[in-house]
Amino acid sequence: MTKHRRHTPVGEGPVTRFILLTLMVLFLGFILIAPLLVVFVEAVSKGLGVFVTALAMPDTIAALQLTLLVAAIAVPANLVFGVAAAWTVAKFDFKGKAFLLTLIDLPFAVSPVVSGLVFVLLFGANSLIGPWLTDNGIRILFAVPGIVIATIFITFPFIARELIPLMQQQGNSEEEAALSLGASGWRTFFLVTLPNVKWGLLYGVLLCNARAMGEFGAVSVVSGHIRGLTNTLPLHIEILYNDNKAAAAFAVASLLAALALVTLGLKTLLEVRYSGELAASRRNH
Amino acid sequence: MQVRIANVNKRYVGMAALDDVSLNVEPGELVALLGPSGSGKTTLLRTIAGLEIPDSGQIFFNDEDASDGRIQDRGVGFVFQHYALFKHMRVFDNVAFGLRARPGKTRPKESEIKRRVLELLDLVQLSGLEKRFPTQLSGGQRQRVALARALAIEPKVLLLDEPFGALDARVRKDLRRWLREIHERTGHTTLFVTHDQEEALELADRVVVMNKGRIEQSASPDEIYDHPRTPFVFSFIGESSVIPVTIGNGRAWLDERPLDIEIGGLSDGPAQLYLRPEDIVVTEEAPGIPGLVVSTRRIGGMRRVSIECGLARHRIEFDAPAETPIANSQRVMIRVTGGTVFGSAEEGYESERLAASETSNFKWKKA
Repeated sequence: MTKHRRHTPVGEGPVTRFILLTLMVLFLGFILIAPLLVVFVEAVSKGLGVFVTALAMPDTIAALQLTLLVAAIAVPANLVFGVAAAWTVAKFDFKGKAFLLTLIDLPFAVSPVVSGLVFVLLFGANSLIGPWLTDNGIRILFAVPGIVIATIFITFPFIARELIPLMQQQGNSEEEAALSLGASGWRTFFLVTLPNVKWGLLYGVLLCNARAMGEFGAVSVVSGHIRGLTNTLPLHIEILYNDNKAAAAFAVASLLAALALVTLGLKTLLEVRYSGELAASRRNH
Repeated sequence: MQVRIANVNKRYVGMAALDDVSLNVEPGELVALLGPSGSGKTTLLRTIAGLEIPDSGQIFFNDEDASDGRIQDRGVGFVFQHYALFKHMRVFDNVAFGLRARPGKTRPKESEIKRRVLELLDLVQLSGLEKRFPTQLSGGQRQRVALARALAIEPKVLLLDEPFGALDARVRKDLRRWLREIHERTGHTTLFVTHDQEEALELADRVVVMNKGRIEQSASPDEIYDHPRTPFVFSFIGESSVIPVTIGNGRAWLDERPLDIEIGGLSDGPAQLYLRPEDIVVTEEAPGIPGLVVSTRRIGGMRRVSIECGLARHRIEFDAPAETPIANSQRVMIRVTGGTVFGSAEEGYESERLAASETSNFKWKKA
């Protein structure tokens, strides 16, 4: 009897389970964990001196600063856009809703390189507004604004995608209750809607941030690779690597990987918290 | 506060949710909006609250036209079917929400808010639970928090959408009695939506029966039960059987037998006779209508008997005293002592009977 109880109805036998588990561990080990370890091992392979020197290079520091700056602009911008888009989709019914949803997914579907090229076509010297921009001394391409715009484009779906299902699931009744109690629209938003999605929102922000710091393709096209000026960390790593400065490249890569790991750690922490909240909100229905 | 609904129309895609609805609710009245799902009762309630905008028509609060007013300015207390409590706020903050949301001048001091909230929690018998979160409360307790929250803004009108719909039968009965008490104490003009006829008849001063976006009848519970104005009301409220009859020579006829019932002003032709279980007695003496017993079952102190009668073997259900010796397959004679005849063009509540089986009287009908 007791032996049989250990099987759930949908569970597999011990042999199948063992094979599946082994496959997964091997796969994760080779594809995810080994490369990550290699980054850190390679980073210090020529000694700590090279590692520190690579990190202390003015170009590296400039790249780090630019990466943080871009993330600091792109993430709040997408926070506003994402919440607005999710609100619109989840709380209102209108024609073309399905189209808007597809549009939100566009940055996921299009290759980042293509996205970058689109912006070159849009703001470049041969575009419609290119000459006007040049005449007025506004630099978008091969400058920080271009990088920021490309990053916002690439990371747009993260927050909206995270919030839409959450808001749809929660429905409108709490908002309706708040309005009927006399609260203004803004008060309702800040006191009722936002607290209900805060964990999902933070989760979206973290994912958005991770991608904003790591984006390579689109940024590579619009940045122009000007050392110390328009190089973000990922671009800087590529340049170092192409210059046969493997150790330095890995040193900087380890810095970027560390940033990503911090984000990932925070995300996991949130997930634990967030699943509890979600379960609680479901219990309420 | 009197509420007057004047010729309100509301259409959803391809369907009339409210079809030229007019209704007056007197100050202090407790009115039930009763009907099957899709009858427009919730839409009407939400329209009064300002949660739905009517396509045409007006809503008056006393003599003031509220149709274009913002929902915030209407001063309605709305209680939602699934409570819609603010999940992340404690009970106290939920109830205080409406008072704190008031604009600067009219907002009471925090000490005053506290006094009022605790008073309301006392009214809904939840004293001591003000620090709890909604998830830590039972369904009945949550519904009472929702009511306290709606009462906190001193609403002109109290609107409740299926207030007991999500609760189990026992809690439901308690809350029903308790809501009646609260209503008598606070005197708010109150409308509530329900699909449970028992709830409507027991609780309300007046019952408004709705069907397909229209009001079928608006009357006191007694009037609704004893004198239903349409076949729909007859068959939706209480238990009923229907048999086709013929009107001729100023009488109603079942097959070739005359029936001893009022026919109103109906003209000659086919008609439908609607019967309550108590409208039929078993009789020994002629002239009676012969029938064949197809089932009997005991319901409380009575015996519910199903018979087939007439040439087309129509099924009729009626109540007989429990001691009546009646067995399956037995032939009996019955006499019709009451019931209402409606013209055959009018529709009863037939096709949706399955949907309402939870509250009403499901039984098999011959097509």
